Amino acid sequence: MAKISIPTPLRRFTDNERQLVTQGSTVQEAIQELADQYPDLKPHLLNDEGQLKPFIRIYIGDEDIKALQNEDTPVDDETIINLIPAIAGGQ
Amino acid sequence: MAIAIEFEALQVMKEDAIDAYPDECCGFLYGDEKDLRTITLARPVHNAKEGDKRRRFEIAASDYMDAEQFAADEGLSLLGVYHSHPDHPAIPSIHDLRQAMPFFSYIILSVKKGKVVDLRSWQLSGDGRFEEEALEKDLNTKILELLNS
Repeated sequence: MAKISIPTPLRRFTDNERQLVTQGSTVQEAIQELADQYPDLKPHLLNDEGQLKPFIRIYIGDEDIKALQNEDTPVDDETIINLIPAIAGGQ
Repeated sequence: MAIAIEFEALQVMKEDAIDAYPDECCGFLYGDEKDLRTITLARPVHNAKEGDKRRRFEIAASDYMDAEQFAADEGLSLLGVYHSHPDHPAIPSIHDLRQAMPFFSYIILSVKKGKVVDLRSWQLSGDGRFEEEALEKDLNTKILELLNS
């Protein structure tokens, strides 16, 4: 079980909820559960193969899951999963 | 969608764009959506892009998390992002589109030879294109005053 913080631009897909509780025991399970619960959110998080989109970064607290065990990173009741849109661009 | 931008926020964006030139500047936009989406505050952030910042910008994940926290602490909504296009028009590029999020306003300032010459706001449409946001009726006047000041 972990909490997932929803970034502002995606809250319209979660009934304006800022934080949701999931039952998953890994980041992957938690994200998949979130996507299943809110189907309109799914295309903004996962591609057709169910993999995380490259422009969404996931942090556990202040740490990028790339520095942990990626999507297999275990989560528990104390974990807060932060979904962070990659903000970038240019001319 | 229509958008209003308070003069102080316009001023912050203009100064940031000029200070950063010839690099791109970037920052977050805050405000409310009671009747009309209104940008009341613009806060510059570090352009974290490695390499050539004259054509690209990037905001660090830690700065994004800080921006969400700031909005929550201040009772504001995080409404979007601004950045500059040095010596290019205030029109989104393919790089802007590729990483755009729904809901956010994307304000672009065109800077030519160190002077801000245009400011336009864009939002991602439901079919994945950028649509220009209509400016509140007095905003064009405010922008012209600012650009000429």
